[in-house]
Amino acid sequence: MPIVLKCHRGLGPAVTGTALVAQDNFSARYDLDRLKGTFSRPAHKLCGQSYVGRILVLQTAKGGVASAWMLREMAARGLAPKAIVFDRTNTILAQGAAFAEVAIVDRFEAGDPTTLIRTGDEVRIEPDAGLVTILNRD
Amino acid sequence: MRLTDDEKAILAGEAGPARQWAIRHQMAVGQFFDAPDFVPVGQAHIMADTESLGEAGVAWLEELAALRAPERRVRVPTITDPRGLDPGSYKRLRQTDAMAAIEARAIAAFEALGVLMTNTCINYQTVLPPVRGEHLAMGDTGVVIYSNSVQGARSNFEGGPSALAAGLTGRTPRYGYHLDGHRVGTRHFQVRQRPRDLADWGALGGIVGKATNSYWEVPVVGGVESWVEGPPNSDELKHFGAALASFGSVAMFHMPGVTPEAPTPADAFAGRPAPQAVSIGAGDFEAFYAGYAAAGDKVDVVVFAAPQLSLIEMQQLAGLIDGRHIHPETSLVVTTSPEIKFAADRMGLTARIETAGGIVAAGVCFYQSYAREMAEANGWQRLLTNSAKLVNIIAGYGYKPTLASMERCIDSAVAGKIV
Repeated sequence: MPIVLKCHRGLGPAVTGTALVAQDNFSARYDLDRLKGTFSRPAHKLCGQSYVGRILVLQTAKGGVASAWMLREMAARGLAPKAIVFDRTNTILAQGAAFAEVAIVDRFEAGDPTTLIRTGDEVRIEPDAGLVTILNRD
Repeated sequence: MRLTDDEKAILAGEAGPARQWAIRHQMAVGQFFDAPDFVPVGQAHIMADTESLGEAGVAWLEELAALRAPERRVRVPTITDPRGLDPGSYKRLRQTDAMAAIEARAIAAFEALGVLMTNTCINYQTVLPPVRGEHLAMGDTGVVIYSNSVQGARSNFEGGPSALAAGLTGRTPRYGYHLDGHRVGTRHFQVRQRPRDLADWGALGGIVGKATNSYWEVPVVGGVESWVEGPPNSDELKHFGAALASFGSVAMFHMPGVTPEAPTPADAFAGRPAPQAVSIGAGDFEAFYAGYAAAGDKVDVVVFAAPQLSLIEMQQLAGLIDGRHIHPETSLVVTTSPEIKFAADRMGLTARIETAGGIVAAGVCFYQSYAREMAEANGWQRLLTNSAKLVNIIAGYGYKPTLASMERCIDSAVAGKIV
């Protein structure tokens, strides 16, 4: 039986992909090299890693209103994450995901998703149902 | 969400496709945050520099701008955050004509929508200051935290698309800081040492922000009411709030005795028991500065920005730089709003700064203006500033930032190395 995690109703399409997880936060403007599709802020725990097409699992969205535009622009160039999973998002990333039509969920019943989902896990995100399923583990 | 008849008509497309897109977007966000309904807003403020818009964002704006005037024009006063480029200084900063061209397209599109190009992140000091209880849709985290905390207005962080949507519909989903329940203090700090200058106020914001670290927490900062020097001024709270929002994604704070919703600590916590206070003293400030220290290093660029400078800061800077010359291997960049730039030109402040070798740029705020490309074109790496917000965010663009007072920044700019 896959592991099913319940969360608050999210936004965007249902998607399946490979998780990239860190106990760290997210800002499209300050943490990323958006031309290369990698984390670039030296202090970020995912620095140097590619987020393109991944299910990003992080703790919260940090300051930086620009992220609301940037997700759509990243998606238009094919360099966006497939979905974003937060413990708790701020308003900007929710607005940006709505604008970009990228899936986003947060507020999990079982606690912080960065402690529940591991990098490399195959994960199914169903925002309308408020469900995240870890497909490769029991 | 409960909709009024007007909102139902907008959703049905009766007010045109731009407003229909806007309300759909707002309903998706409102449902995500459990908003029961919409609330009318007095102003919207759009963060939409071209670096973050990109080609996709500008093309999208141009589609809206091509609609008929009644279908495309905003319904409430809608103003803009700093732009990606200042036509008056971009060549000196080695930004490109291609950047200027996309900037011109974005401006033309916004103007067609009826947006006022104020290009400022200090609109609360210079345009139409928010008032207590006023609902707003403000972009720029520093504007939101100042409007909520110092002015008692009500706004969430509204990203560019959401702020534009609010301008088009004249309302925003009622969630987060529009609601009384979210505005109550949840964290408690006691400051033992009065910050000496703007950099210290930013450092204090950074210390509280790192410890708070959530959009949904409201720090209460005590100790200020007992200072014999009196309360902080607008520029000091500006730097404090901008850093707090940047380091912690925080949208509101209370400072008992200073901010309007907290005459007393009990008010800040709405009568609930106050949590144990975290003490902040000299050692915390020293540790904060030490995290960015680089004494003796060559300094490539000294930046005064983030937030844009008030007229008073422009005067302080001119006073420190009079009769001195910036080192030939060091650049000095000052950013302010277009209105303050006009005032600074008229009062001779710009000339005093530029005679010494500085560049005064209007309508930009450095980090939103192709900072990575500027670093590469100018060979900049070591950056010195008195903005704690800037040291937090600029490392992602390939800079090595150091924080110091305005006085030490100027001394270092003259010496060409961090003194």
